[in-house]
Amino acid sequence: MPVQYYLFLSLALFCIGMMGAMMRRNAIIVFMCIELMLNAVNLLMVAFSKMYNDSAAQIFVFFIMVVAAAEVAVGLAIIVMMYRKVHSVDINILNRLKH
Amino acid sequence: MGVYEIIFWFLTVMALSCALGVILSRNPVNSVLFLIATFFAISGHYILLNAQFLAIVNIIVYAGAIMVLFLFVIMLMNLNADTEPQKNRLVQIAGAISGGTLLLVILAALRTSTITTLDQTSTDIGLIKNLGKTLFTQFVLPFEISSVLFLSAMIGAVVIGKKEKEQTA
Repeated sequence: MPVQYYLFLSLALFCIGMMGAMMRRNAIIVFMCIELMLNAVNLLMVAFSKMYNDSAAQIFVFFIMVVAAAEVAVGLAIIVMMYRKVHSVDINILNRLKH
Repeated sequence: MGVYEIIFWFLTVMALSCALGVILSRNPVNSVLFLIATFFAISGHYILLNAQFLAIVNIIVYAGAIMVLFLFVIMLMNLNADTEPQKNRLVQIAGAISGGTLLLVILAALRTSTITTLDQTSTDIGLIKNLGKTLFTQFVLPFEISSVLFLSAMIGAVVIGKKEKEQTA
């Protein structure tokens, strides 16, 4: 299987995630699209790890997952706090960063 | 076309269609379920690429922990109905066009790159034993720093969630 197929697959996943982050207004769905983009990068990293037969890229994927988990914990806490304040998760209401 | 190719194309179509389902479905709960299906397809790709440890970690951490957290938050806020108001059409079209343009530009730039075929022989660099040896010798300092990151993220989430309660009480 050529490595280009994995390259194009992860590129398509990344662009779908980016489209979603720009098109949707729900802050949680924007957040999920960011997770999708992180996973596209992870898939490409694993494909390159197989290509060069090197395990450093897989360690890097592991660290990306660690950072994503920490990011989700803080980000969802922020979204819950915002929802308590303004009773909405619409990013057009949240864009003023005040209530 | 062997079994390997059939599994590859099946997982690819599943990942792309479920990723489109994430951004196109109106109900946030459906989006979360589509995203879980996408993560399972990506885990299948990891197994095809001999990254067994990452496949398991992807299912446990992403599909198991992070997506359940998303589902909890959506159900906590009672967002499972379609509450998203109709967005300005122009912004949606602009988002789709700019994302598609990025896809086209990078695709055109990478189209003529030299083909490198991944061999299907199984390697053991993705097993826990070898990854653990690399992680605890070569990458031990980033590993310890990531534990500090986790601690600070945990404290940050608790502080952010708690401050609001004190103000309202």
